[in-house]
Amino acid sequence: MDSTFRATPAPATTREPEPEEISVVILSDRDIVQARQKGRELAGRLGFSPTDLTLIATTISELARNIVLYAGRGEIMVKLVNHGERQGVIVTARDQGPGIPDIPRALQAGFSTSRSLGLGLPGVKRLVDDFEIASQVGQGTTVTVKKWKKLNGR
Amino acid sequence: MEVPILKQGPYLIATVQSALSDEDLLQLRDAIVQKVGQLRSRGVIVDVTALDVMDSFATRTFRDIAQMIRLRGADTVIVGIQPEVAFTLVQLGMRLEGIATALDLEEGIALLDRKCKITSKATTTSGR
Repeated sequence: MDSTFRATPAPATTREPEPEEISVVILSDRDIVQARQKGRELAGRLGFSPTDLTLIATTISELARNIVLYAGRGEIMVKLVNHGERQGVIVTARDQGPGIPDIPRALQAGFSTSRSLGLGLPGVKRLVDDFEIASQVGQGTTVTVKKWKKLNGR
Repeated sequence: MEVPILKQGPYLIATVQSALSDEDLLQLRDAIVQKVGQLRSRGVIVDVTALDVMDSFATRTFRDIAQMIRLRGADTVIVGIQPEVAFTLVQLGMRLEGIATALDLEEGIALLDRKCKITSKATTTSGR
């Protein structure tokens, strides 16, 4: 209400549409919690069922933990897909870590190199509709998963 | 976020109140294992009603807690696993084998009461 404040233009954030995408830098176990909470919040906007939201949050948690365990640092990105008939989220976990030398083996049930602290990728694969992995030794790993919203409940 | 651990008669009750980081989970594990000896507790209840996510690390830690408490001579019951969390755990392929669970705190205490009664009966009939 102060005239000095009126002189400055209104902050742009007031009219900006809500972001369709979030990104969380993963450095430690605290960031795992951050990433899954922010991801759940974002996905919640599409009206996923509580069960699907838990599946999405758990997926983010597992992928973020893989970053902490294997790469030390990386990034989780969650993006809403909201066009046409399909609605859903895309979660991308990216790191510049050591990479995975044998991807088929890493996708085998029960396989984990870090004393099975993480559940490994097979568990994550079962939680989502679409799972892609690209990895190069010495370059890093990118895992991209998709979860679609069901049309009439479950 | 520290988890309060309260003494309730012969039992310890740890009520998780918000999301826990890996570090928080390990702290909870260590605190419970220590307190069960300090307070000579017969049973431990971990209430996870407030947890909206139980990933592989959390599940593994709860399994560890139950195992360690057993080695300390007491029983553990995990109570309040939410339906969505239960669904996700099954999808993930995580198991809580050998760990007692109950719907809520009340059921958990009833379960421990039954367990501890059976144990004390067994020791009085066979011991001398």
